[in-house]
Amino acid sequence: MGFLLGWGCVLAKKSIGPVRREFTPWESPDHPPFIEFRNVTKKFGDFTAVNNLSLKIYEREFFALLGGSGCGKTTLMRMLAGFETPTTGQIFLDGQDLAGIPPFRRPSNMMFQSYALFPHMSVEKNIAFGLKQDRLAPSEIGDRVAEMLRLTKLEQFAKRRPHQLSGGQRQRVALARSLAKRPKVLLLDEPLGALDRKLREETQFELMNIQEELKTTFLIVTHDQEEAMTVADRIAVMDKGELVQVATPAEIYEAPNSRFVADFIGDVNLIEATVVRKSEAGTRLDSVCEGFAIETNQTTDAGIGDRVWYAIRPEKVRIAHGRGEPDAANQIDGLVWDIAYLGDVSIIHSKVGKGDRDTILRATFANVSRMVENPITWDDEVVLSFDRDAGVILRG
Amino acid sequence: MTRGPTWFNITSLVMGFSFLYLPIVLLVIYSFNKSRLVTVWGGFSTEWYVSLLHNDQLLDAAWVTLRVAFVSASVATVLGTAAALVLVRSGRFIGRSLFSGMIFAPLVMPEVILGLSLLLLFVAMDQSRGFWTVILAHTTFAMCYVAVVVQSRLVGFDKSIEEAAEDLGCPPVKTFFLITLPIILPGVVAGWMLAFTLSLDDLVVASFTTGPGATTLPMKIYSQVRLGVTPEINAVCTILVVLVTCAVIAASLVTRRQQVQKERDERTAFGAEG
Repeated sequence: MGFLLGWGCVLAKKSIGPVRREFTPWESPDHPPFIEFRNVTKKFGDFTAVNNLSLKIYEREFFALLGGSGCGKTTLMRMLAGFETPTTGQIFLDGQDLAGIPPFRRPSNMMFQSYALFPHMSVEKNIAFGLKQDRLAPSEIGDRVAEMLRLTKLEQFAKRRPHQLSGGQRQRVALARSLAKRPKVLLLDEPLGALDRKLREETQFELMNIQEELKTTFLIVTHDQEEAMTVADRIAVMDKGELVQVATPAEIYEAPNSRFVADFIGDVNLIEATVVRKSEAGTRLDSVCEGFAIETNQTTDAGIGDRVWYAIRPEKVRIAHGRGEPDAANQIDGLVWDIAYLGDVSIIHSKVGKGDRDTILRATFANVSRMVENPITWDDEVVLSFDRDAGVILRG
Repeated sequence: MTRGPTWFNITSLVMGFSFLYLPIVLLVIYSFNKSRLVTVWGGFSTEWYVSLLHNDQLLDAAWVTLRVAFVSASVATVLGTAAALVLVRSGRFIGRSLFSGMIFAPLVMPEVILGLSLLLLFVAMDQSRGFWTVILAHTTFAMCYVAVVVQSRLVGFDKSIEEAAEDLGCPPVKTFFLITLPIILPGVVAGWMLAFTLSLDDLVVASFTTGPGATTLPMKIYSQVRLGVTPEINAVCTILVVLVTCAVIAASLVTRRQQVQKERDERTAFGAEG
């Protein structure tokens, strides 16, 4: 990171978010992909679950497929595992075309949403099941099972049956079982969905540590954007069977490529506007709801007079009484309409714009001190300010 | 409002149970009668049980019945389990509801009709009737009961457990024997016991489909009773009652265990806090 920072300083250029150190295989076009979906389509009758999708995933990557229910993410994973066959298109794993290979011969293992533990076997036997199918020597099976029990901190539960375990322990058994065969890629289907919030957060970090230790490629399917952003090196946002954006969590959050992604990941203000001036240094937009303009350092291929959306995250909008910050490029007068006090932050909804075309702009206000002298409250006149690089211009 | 038993409740309870069990109790008591006359009590004795051991005809009939029950229950269990698997697993296929309706039809079909139709079939096939035709007939109707019992077990079965086994390198057929069968085994065993019991005490279907040399115990008893009830028959019936009671209790115990196990499995499947 130090290297990256130094480089950033020399060029006086800001970069987006943290990236795992020296691990960006997707940026070099020559790097061979480990998993490749090539023009894959899957239809169930009339319904198209996955539509002509191409995707490259690299070795040792922790990759997340993110999307709402029915977006095709689980179907995509099940095709990789072999439980569904693509209608058209090819899937490659480590250079091998997977067509016609049944699930029990594929070098991938899957952790199921329901865990799918074998109820009539002990934890040990559950973990050893896959190894026995490979006809490994009993001593080696014993060693591997012990290693997996250690990795998932399940040593004292080895002799128990699944129904004698808590949800978190079952989740770890399922993980240990799917990792025991040292698969080329581990598929995780909503692995933490059944856990409560605290346990889920802990387990996310455990998953990341295990992935770092084993250096296995992980592919996770989830509908939980926080989970995807926490664990993944890269995220693919899916909608209606297609990829909308594939990028690092920080890029997805800070530079979404469409209104769908901006809205799906986190909270966002989408301001409808028209382009009034373009230059290499940036763009000036006029808000449709009249009364304010937006100065941005973003360039756009939209022409003068075109309709665009300016997406800005609430935490990038600063809110203050009176004059606000004189050096901010954008300053908009507003009237406080609603306040949601969440403890760590307050989300303040302010009315901006003129007449009947006004709109609500959300700003996050960090509650950094317990006592405030002159707190912002309902019906206050405020100034909302943000920098030239605070938001992005979206066309679709 | 009084919660305790009233005279009316007690009377109806006693009458109801007497109606059900008095004949059977009388039969059991008279099987220990010393007197040769069935209706006159002549003191306690077990001589009829002893003489039963020397009645080759009855023993033969009992042996035939046990063999028929064992073979037909086993075949019915295999076929019934397969039918249940198809019904629960295959999703939608053309004729699915017709098939599932047809497999339950023999449950409500009058036995006389079932027996008669099987007899007509065997005659049409020019098949000499005997041991194997009785087995075939019993398999036919017992299979439906097995299918019903196993199906109830399969409905709560999480399909992803089998997928997990395949994902871990286990081919489908091996998965069935290593994973699916052990999990549904209580249902299969209960189905087998039910089929065994049904075959053991069937008179109607057996009489239609049997031939010379393959007389089952219920048929033997029925034909002897027509010549007059002997205390020996009482003794045989007592043994049958005990056998059937044991089988029914065992089957219900297995089913109850299966119920408890199923609830556990469901909790496992959904990964809830246990």
